[in-house]
Amino acid sequence: MAFTTEHENGTSEGSTKIRLKDVYKIFGERPEDGLELLRSGKSKAEIHRATGCSIGVNNASFDIRAGEIFVIMGLSGSGKSTLLRLLNRLIEPTSGSIEIDGHDITKMSRKALIELRRRDISMVFQSFALLPNRTVLNNAAFGLEVAGVGEAERKAKAMAALKAVGLDGYGESRPDELSGGMKQRVGLARALASEPSILLMDEAFSALDPLIRTEMQDELVRLQSEQSRTIVFVSHDLDEAMRIGDRICIMQNGNVVQVGTPDEIVGNPANDYVRSFFRNVDVSQVFKAGDVARKNQITIIERQGVSAAAALEQMKSRDREFAIIVGRDMKYHGMVSQASLMEKIRSKAEDPYRKAFLADAAPIPASEQLSSVLGQVAASAWPVPVVDDQDRYIGAISKSALLETLDRAN
Amino acid sequence: MSFDIGDGIDSAVNYILDNFSPTLDFIAASIGFVTSGLQSGLLSIPMPLGIAIFVLLALWRVSFGFAVFAGLALSLVGQMGLWGAMMETLSLVIASTVIAMIVGLPLGVAMARRDSVAAIIRPGLDLMQTMPAFVYLIPAAMFFGLGAVPGTIATVIFSMPPVVRLTNLGIRQVHVEFVEAGNAFGCTPTQLLLKVQLPNAMPSIMAGINQTIMLSLSMVVIASMIGAGGLGNTVLTGIQRLDVGTGFEGGLAVVILAVILDRLTQSLGKKRATWRLPFSKFGLREPEAKAA
Repeated sequence: MAFTTEHENGTSEGSTKIRLKDVYKIFGERPEDGLELLRSGKSKAEIHRATGCSIGVNNASFDIRAGEIFVIMGLSGSGKSTLLRLLNRLIEPTSGSIEIDGHDITKMSRKALIELRRRDISMVFQSFALLPNRTVLNNAAFGLEVAGVGEAERKAKAMAALKAVGLDGYGESRPDELSGGMKQRVGLARALASEPSILLMDEAFSALDPLIRTEMQDELVRLQSEQSRTIVFVSHDLDEAMRIGDRICIMQNGNVVQVGTPDEIVGNPANDYVRSFFRNVDVSQVFKAGDVARKNQITIIERQGVSAAAALEQMKSRDREFAIIVGRDMKYHGMVSQASLMEKIRSKAEDPYRKAFLADAAPIPASEQLSSVLGQVAASAWPVPVVDDQDRYIGAISKSALLETLDRAN
Repeated sequence: MSFDIGDGIDSAVNYILDNFSPTLDFIAASIGFVTSGLQSGLLSIPMPLGIAIFVLLALWRVSFGFAVFAGLALSLVGQMGLWGAMMETLSLVIASTVIAMIVGLPLGVAMARRDSVAAIIRPGLDLMQTMPAFVYLIPAAMFFGLGAVPGTIATVIFSMPPVVRLTNLGIRQVHVEFVEAGNAFGCTPTQLLLKVQLPNAMPSIMAGINQTIMLSLSMVVIASMIGAGGLGNTVLTGIQRLDVGTGFEGGLAVVILAVILDRLTQSLGKKRATWRLPFSKFGLREPEAKAA
């Protein structure tokens, strides 16, 4: 999106929602000493030996935009969960500033912080953290209850939140009567009930089995499409990060190694650690057809005066079996092969290009996920053309290009 | 240089006696009011009705088999002529347990909240539990005279540590994600305690209360030496007269009361598991469903 209008509250889509600046978290008895050593360039091991401190987050600075799903990714112990908990001060930062809508939460009073947590930020936990002594409905209403919302109103809102996550009618159940996926739906409903603008999700789907996990990811993306919130999602699973993340932040040993869109990170990993994540990644989930399409096919612009014979000659001279026919505005018209063109020229047909179009050479939209066009490319005898959202030809995917892409990560 | 701890304690006790007797009298009067009220209340229940109440409680909370046991065992107590003494003992147990909870639960909560508080209170609890129980009787009798009141107070001191310890432990053992969830949704410290920590610490707290009841039952017998009355008197009489039969009868009644109280209070800690069985067995609806 090219232009965003800045509202008074600064939460319009695409504007900065959360800004971290020089954020450090050092665990231990004397974090100030550790911080000083860290700033003077000492290594983790040296600092641990000297002060007993360990480093949770080392100098994190980045922005999270309003309305995006921002995934914090890293191996266990990389500081990702710590970083998430700094955003609502479940863990107090040692130094640095964390601004939400322009207000530095590290300077907030306890009271203001509680108010912020009740109103603006909620959280979903890996092990669900549903209170076992409450019904599903009362769990979903927990945040509102704590905030002092009246019983009728909070029940209505909790009910609506349960409905939104597909748990209509489970209000009177106990958490221990539900399956894992349903429990996390309750966790999600509890977080959504107070209609926060920020949702913190700590490995929210990691405890679920793979099928349910995918289902929940889709559910989250669906909820996000209905009402856009800023979601900060911690995960150790790159497939998950790539699937739902608008942008991904990769952490290693407390350091933020790279922040970028999935494409940027896969296409241009900052270091070997980042690269190591892709070893097992299904690249076809990451790339879209447009990313793989290459302009190495001959394009022939269809206009008056260019004869079919000349086009055929051009193809022969460059030893290409197929050619893409486009308009002057680069709009995709069709695809011809030497054989089909030759046949039409021989039969002296009117409008030889059009007649020669290969019947089943349907173009793929560039925004299509690569995984969903694998079969089409594999079964096609020719490179499959790719067009953008205005039908302009942007390239073709050949079998060899496809194989090369799929191989790149391994 | 040497000094005598015993002398120090003596003078401290005397100092308290000289200067705080109105306070002591007030405490004695209020505890006396509670215990005597409880006692006369329990004693006014006729034995058959009393047994029926216990049997119904056992049926409701524990199981059919245990209800049968309770009925038979309590009839035996009545047969031995110890029903009245048992009710007196029960009233002392209830009074001291209630007082131990009133004092002990907040102490346990305070310990769980601050390590420093825990560090101060823990040695006190150790002292209360390991000091021979007879030792409490002397100052209790000096401060409050003879009878049920000093008996109750000595019993409270002896039986309070478990409820304090297990409240502390229970709160500390609440799943860290529950506490995080409470904080993340904007609980104040009080809300966190009432809505998250205490409900989830309940099984542990109930275990503490159960232990407190058991300890107070054992102490109540000892407290009969300063005239607390009840089944302890029967046992004491047996000892003084070298009458094995009487002593054994008193002891058996104590055991029966102990077993019934133990099972009943244990069932409170795990209500959901045990509520289902007796009710479904008798084709009744669960009380849970009505409450919701």
